[in-house]
Amino acid sequence: MNPNIPEVIQTVPLQYYVFFAAALFSIGVLGVLTRRNAIIIFMCVELMLNAVNVLLTAFSAYRADPNGQIFVFFIMAVAAAEVAVGLAIIVMIYRNLQNTDVNLLNRLKF
Amino acid sequence: MNSIILLSVLGLGNLFLGFRRSNRLLLPVMMLILGGILTVNFLDWGSTQSFFNGMLTIDNFSVAFTGIVLLTALVLIPFSQKYVLDGEANLAEYYSLLLFSLVGAIMLVSYNHLLMLFLGIEILSVAMYVLAGSDKRNLRSNEAALKYFLMGAFFTGILLFGMALLYGATGTFVLSEISFAVQNPAPGFESLKPMLYIGMLLMLIGIGFKVSAAPFHFWTPDVYEGTPTFFAAFMSTIVKTAGFAAFLKLLVQAFPAANAQGIWLPTLTAMCVLTLLIGNVGAVAQTSIKRMLAYSSISHAGYLLIALVAYNGQLEGASANGILFYSLAYSVATVAAFGVVKLVADARQREDYNGLNGLAKTNPLLAFSLTVSMLSLAGIPLTGGFFGKFFVFSAAVENGYIGLVVFAVVMSMVSIYYYLRPIIAMYMRDTDATTNEVVPVTTFQAGALLLLAALTVLLGVLPGLVAGVL
Repeated sequence: MNPNIPEVIQTVPLQYYVFFAAALFSIGVLGVLTRRNAIIIFMCVELMLNAVNVLLTAFSAYRADPNGQIFVFFIMAVAAAEVAVGLAIIVMIYRNLQNTDVNLLNRLKF
Repeated sequence: MNSIILLSVLGLGNLFLGFRRSNRLLLPVMMLILGGILTVNFLDWGSTQSFFNGMLTIDNFSVAFTGIVLLTALVLIPFSQKYVLDGEANLAEYYSLLLFSLVGAIMLVSYNHLLMLFLGIEILSVAMYVLAGSDKRNLRSNEAALKYFLMGAFFTGILLFGMALLYGATGTFVLSEISFAVQNPAPGFESLKPMLYIGMLLMLIGIGFKVSAAPFHFWTPDVYEGTPTFFAAFMSTIVKTAGFAAFLKLLVQAFPAANAQGIWLPTLTAMCVLTLLIGNVGAVAQTSIKRMLAYSSISHAGYLLIALVAYNGQLEGASANGILFYSLAYSVATVAAFGVVKLVADARQREDYNGLNGLAKTNPLLAFSLTVSMLSLAGIPLTGGFFGKFFVFSAAVENGYIGLVVFAVVMSMVSIYYYLRPIIAMYMRDTDATTNEVVPVTTFQAGALLLLAALTVLLGVLPGLVAGVL
């Protein structure tokens, strides 16, 4: 391992972070695929993004390279912008349908 | 770089015009802005500059693709004139969002660092999520916005997870350094190969979604149908052109190594075959022209994927030229098609094929323009689309993908069926009570349609003007 990495970081092996992030990401993906409420689907997407953040931070620390952590800042900023737009779209749907169940959205089909 | 700065600043300036409620001023101002930036963009031709510590590189490749994107936006703007005439309250915001999304498109064609790829995709997409839902009281527009948003955010997550794994395996986000690290892993990191390959595949999925390649195409018809036609035209041309330029850059600059090609080449070939099949067969079954154009845009993603598969190792090679020419011919024809469909749908309130009945009698110009664009999309000689397909197929044949080309040719024969249907409706069917009125066309729109038809024919007669510039 790189000698620049502080010992306190090395006490948890890198694989643990990878497994943790992969588990978090999979929970997010499963949530998106199975839940029916637009807001919960959206929360699951945020969970996926946070799994990416954990992974990037861990790699960044283990490689003693700041690039990954800077990337995390950008992901957080963009995710915040996405939240603003996403919640606005969900509110718009709620105003018209009084509901946010994605199963009700079936006007566009073959 | 100048175009990015100008677009951002003038986009903000455009918002201030919205305060004055001067809708009539907005359209000429937008066309002036885009025309000016298009000119400024080509001042960078022939030089190579780096910005933000090498995260963005402006070279001929990016200037050429930026040119296509800006030209498409310029000729598309006149078709929004109905918003001006109707006194649409938020027009300045829509135009500003369009300008901001163009910034994202330019970042996508000139990135050199995965951060810029991510930011470019997000700047482009977030603006598009809003514009997809811009018809606020129409449930179909709402639904399109929500579907596009949830799917887009989901696939952005997948793309990012791929980038994170790639970073873990290679330790860098810079394209050229990734390419080096893939070939020569740092000591102690040789065992990270599986992570690298999974990361690569996840990134292919993420970008494949943005360019609507099968099997990640399922959102396209629904979103294009629900989105207001003007913005759907924007999605199917500008997002696709920028997406494919980004795709090409990623594959050519980050993954040229033989061990990486062993992973993405079969994946991409499978995606390509599936996209061609689903796009062309799906389009045959449609009754709405907008849905047909959506499937047509999926099938054209398939032809562009052939160029990616057949790339020959350098950015200036035959396949970059093929993608450049194809994107230009496709964008020009698609803008004209969506433009005519929008004008007819606005006047006659219908989007099926029969809505076009007798258009040749009431509006010869619209009928002619749609005919030229349909012939170009079908790849009939003397139109730009023919040479687009020709260049892509010849690049593929040179690199030994004969089977793929044969399949693509068969599929483009299928496409002639659904591209001829609007032409038959316009020229051979009689008008009925709903379709016997003249569709109103303004001078700007007629000029744009004539320009697009002229460009399509010009590209088909003198392809040397654009082919081989890279």
